[in-house]
Formats: sequence, C-alpha cells, structure tokens
Amino acid sequence: MTRRRKLVGALILLAAFQSLILLAGFFAPYDFASQNRERPFAPPTALHFVDARGHFHFRPFIYDLEDAKRSGEGSSAGSGPSYPVHFFVRGAPYKIAGVFASCIHLFGVEASGRIFLMGSDAYGRDQFSRFLFGGQISMLAGLIAAILSVSIGIVVGGIAGYYGGWLDELLMRGGELFLALPWLYLLFAVRAALPLHISQWEVFLLLVSVMGLIGWTRPARLIRGVVLSAKQRNFVAAARGFGASDAYLLRRHVLPQTYGVLLTQLTLLIPQYVLAEVTLTFLGLGVGEPMPSWGALLSSLQQYYVLSSYWWMFLPALFLLPLFLAFYTAADALQELHKRVAL
Amino acid sequence: MRYLARRLLHATLLLLAASFFSFAILQSAPGDYFAPMGLNPQVSSRTIAGLRSRYGLDRPLPVRYGHWLRGVFNGDLGLSFAYNSPVAPLLAIRARNTLLLTATSMLLAWLIAIPLGIWSALHRGKWGDRAGGAFASALLTVPDLMLFLVLLLVAVRTGWFPTGGMVSTAFGDLNMWSKIADIARHLLLPALGLALATLPPLLRHVRSAMIEVLDAPFIRAARAHGIREWRVLLRYALPVAASPLISLFGFSVATMLSASLLVEVILSWPGLGPLLVDAILAKDVYVVIGAVMLSSVFLVAGNLFADLLIFAADPRVRVE
Repeated sequence: MTRRRKLVGALILLAAFQSLILLAGFFAPYDFASQNRERPFAPPTALHFVDARGHFHFRPFIYDLEDAKRSGEGSSAGSGPSYPVHFFVRGAPYKIAGVFASCIHLFGVEASGRIFLMGSDAYGRDQFSRFLFGGQISMLAGLIAAILSVSIGIVVGGIAGYYGGWLDELLMRGGELFLALPWLYLLFAVRAALPLHISQWEVFLLLVSVMGLIGWTRPARLIRGVVLSAKQRNFVAAARGFGASDAYLLRRHVLPQTYGVLLTQLTLLIPQYVLAEVTLTFLGLGVGEPMPSWGALLSSLQQYYVLSSYWWMFLPALFLLPLFLAFYTAADALQELHKRVAL
Repeated sequence: MRYLARRLLHATLLLLAASFFSFAILQSAPGDYFAPMGLNPQVSSRTIAGLRSRYGLDRPLPVRYGHWLRGVFNGDLGLSFAYNSPVAPLLAIRARNTLLLTATSMLLAWLIAIPLGIWSALHRGKWGDRAGGAFASALLTVPDLMLFLVLLLVAVRTGWFPTGGMVSTAFGDLNMWSKIADIARHLLLPALGLALATLPPLLRHVRSAMIEVLDAPFIRAARAHGIREWRVLLRYALPVAASPLISLFGFSVATMLSASLLVEVILSWPGLGPLLVDAILAKDVYVVIGAVMLSSVFLVAGNLFADLLIFAADPRVRVE
C-alpha cells in the first residue's frame, strides 16, 4: 500500500511540475527574452509582508533595491520604493502550447519595478521566467526522445522476440553496436556531424531524434525478453491454434503484456534524455540563445566568477531535483507494481 | 581457451563495426574544417581544394575509411586539422590522463561500495541500511552535472583544491615524490566526483547480491559450524556474490566514461573530454573519430576484461 502511495505522490508532483511548465507563460511574470541591461545578476527578490513601520500587509510587496542604489539611499531592505505584488496582471503577450494567446500573468509588479524570484542573469533576464520556459524545451526534448526510443524498441524487440532466428540475431547484434559506443561520446560524434549554424529548431529536432535513435537498445532488449516469455503462454498458443494471424497475436495478446515494461522504461528514459539535453546545451552543443533550456540556464556557471559570486544561479539546478526524484520514484514504484501483477 | 578466442573475435568485430559506423556518420556531415575558409576572400578556392586533397577529404567515403583503417594498424590515426599534427600522439596523452582518472575513481567507487554494501546487507532493514539506501537514492537523483559544479564551487570558494589542470605550474622543478603528490592533489576532486557519480547503482547491486547469498542455506551451515563471521563473509559469501558484480563492473565502464567526459570539462582535467568538445566545435574530424574510437576501445576492453574475470571466478560459466 505504501508503494502505491509513493507512486501517487510522485505522479502528483510530476503533474504539478508539468502543468507549471506547460502554462509557463501564465506563471512567469516576464517573457524569457526580455532584458534589463541595467540589472545584471540581480539577487532573488525578497517578498515582504511587514513594512518599515511594522504594519502587516496581507498583500506581499517588494523593495526595488536597484532603484534605491541608484538614488543613493543605500541598498538595505526597507529603504527603496516598494511595489505591492498584484495578481492576474496584464503583461507581455504569450501563447500556451503555441495556440491560446493571452497576456494575463499570475503575478507581477508595476512596470517601473522588477520582480525576480530566482534572480536575474547576465543580461538581467528573469531567471524564474527562463526556468519555466526552458522547461518547455527540455521536457519536450526528453519526452520526444523517450517516445522515439521506446517506439523503436517495441518494434525491434517485438519482431526479434516474436520471430526469433536469424532476424533476432541480426537485430540484437546491431543493438550491441550501440551499447559498445559510450552514448555521450556517440551523441557528441553525431552532433559533430551536424552543421554548427542551422536554425535552433532544426538543431533541437535533430538533437532529439539522434538521442532517441541511439537509445533504442535497452528498451528493445527488455521488450524482447518479455515477448519471448509472453509468446509461450498457453492462451497465446490457444489463439494460435484457433488460427490467429501473427499480426493479430502480436497486437492482441503479446504486446499488451509488455506495457508494464514499456511504461517503466518511459519513466526512466525521460529524465535521462532531459539530462542529456541539459548536458549537451551546457557544453555549448545543444540548442543555443535565445532559446532558453535548462542546460542554457546552467551554462553560465562555467565561468568562475558567476559560480563563486552568484549563488542564485544554482537555483535552477536545485529546482530540478524534485522533478528527477519524482521520475525515479515513479519508475521504481511502477517496476515493483507490474512485477507483482505478473506473478 | 575457445571461450577467450570467441570473446576476442567478438570484441574485434564489434570495434570494427563501431568504427565504420562513427566514420560514416562523421564523414557524411555537410561542411568540413576548411569550409569556413571559403568565406575569406583572401583564400582562393584552389588553395582550399589543395588543402582538401592534402588531407584526403576529396576522396570517396569507402576509400577514406580503408585508408584510415590501414593507418590505424600502423598506429596512425590521421592528421588533426586544428593542431596540424598527427592525431595519435595527441590522443595518447589525453587517453592516458582519462585512464588515470577513470581507473582511480573506479577503484575508489568499488572500495566504498563493497564494504558499505556488505554492511548494509548484514544490517538489512535497520536504520543504518535505510540511511545508506536513502543516501544512494539521493545521490542518484542529483544530476552529475550539478554534482561536479558543486565540487567546482567548493574548490573555488575554499581554495583547498586546485580548480583545474593536472599539475601545478612549478611541476618541472619538483622531485619525483612531490610530482606524484602534486598529481594526486589535482586528481582528488575529479576522481571523487566521478566515484560519487557511479556509486549509487554499485551500492545497490552489492547489497542485493550479498542479501541473496546470505540467505542461502550453505551460509547458515557455515555459521552453524562456528566459522568466524568475517571469514563467512569474505571467504564463503563474497565469491558467490562476485559474478553478477563483475558483469556490473563491465557495464559501469560505460557510465563512467560518459560521466568522465563531463567531469573533465567542468573541472578542467586534460583528458579526452575537453579535446573532444573542442574538436567537435572545430569540425576536426579525425580527432573526433579517434576520441570516439578510443573511448569505445576502453568500453569494449572493460567488458572483455569483465567476461574473462567471470570466466576465471565462476566455475558455472566454464561448464557451459
């Protein structure tokens, strides 16, 4: 029962994370590309509830430290002009899932102030907004690549396991080739083959398809194993005895038995591919500016002065931890669950 | 002996196929190292064509592959465009450094994983085991990238560790022992990072393999005979648990190689990783192929070594 509870918890966390990312335009106060050149590396904005005179406010407000610094009043909290945080404000236009246009943001402050919940980067862009928008790119990359890998895996593994013989031998030997090359190096090699200056979307799509294409071996092997034992089952033999065709047997009886493995693989592969995208972009080989992705957010940490002086540049990485934890917990629980169902 | 021969043949074929595969991908790429030169009005197209033919880029793919392969057997991996020197010596130094780093971390990881795994298996379900399991899960959740960045932050902020490179600037003047100490000091942080990155799956597998063995009747029999506990563990249980662990060692070579690429770039260890990243950005094809091939040689060699170890350690394999 606790396992089921764990799974539910992980799924709720995942759903929350995904909806936050999907509705990035609504939750983010600014556009991911809007710059504030006069506010580079601004620290995270603190939300206040108690003002300088000790009065409590239900509506949180912020102090604009940058403005206070410029007018020479010192930068201690409580000295600059204060801006109350408003909810459901009009701001930069955005589109949800590329279809629904809107300009209502969950929260924001008056135009002369700035609210940076996770600080700002070298160009004064809001890290929080970039984190949410970057999630769209990174999660999409993980999702597409994982689905691609698993689809190839199910076709190859299904055929190899079901038909066996030389076809099986050939496909599995081919898969070994992909396992023999260290995947990160292989990914790099393929990235090297791509022209360096093509449009960002092309880079993104190529990257994702390459990641997906490289990773088919493991799901294929697992699915082959399941198919091998699944086709021995009595009800499959019975259906065959009644004259069912191969295609019908595969579709109706054999492949449904692999769904558990499939789902587990998917939950395991998505975070892996998200990380692959993050790693490649971090090294400057993935999607580039101005497209935000989690890797791009972290890549500024490659400079020592950013790393050592601006701790809030670590925040995006910190917020990724619960996401990965949720994925791994869900995969673990799913594995246990379908193991018990199979027994 | 026949087993050995078959494994060797298998490994060679695999490497050949892998080399052709990576060669074909890289060479079919649009654009090459000399393409950006065409944008320069000072360089005539004839010069570029001359350079291409000098480096053999104008010949068809199978010819180039054959040429490259023949070179490999003579220890010649082609020419680097960017460094204007043979690839082989360039790679050799980098490969040595990568090997030093990965071997050290491999050793470190197993030295932590085996005692800790055995201890966890013995204290199954108690708070220590749970704490160990939670630690492993937490470590598994932290992306390698972040782990290495935090280590770099530690090095930068505390100044206890050097933040990059393999030796200090005064390396040439040191005597032998200080030289070794200097390298060890530089090696410490990347090796630790890499070991931590590979540790969680090792820990889990050692624990589960030991648990499986410790439940076996022959262990109870050994204990009932009054054989001392440490002897039961090391002499009776560990060798039986070893065989899945050895094949895990083979697999862990792959993860370690991939993680080492990242740690080398972030903590500036002069291994294959930084060289490869630079070569990719410069389209220095032969360096890329060389680095990819070397890493797959490491990987295949690791797996082969694991196979042979299993063969030596586990009589059940020999019977087959």
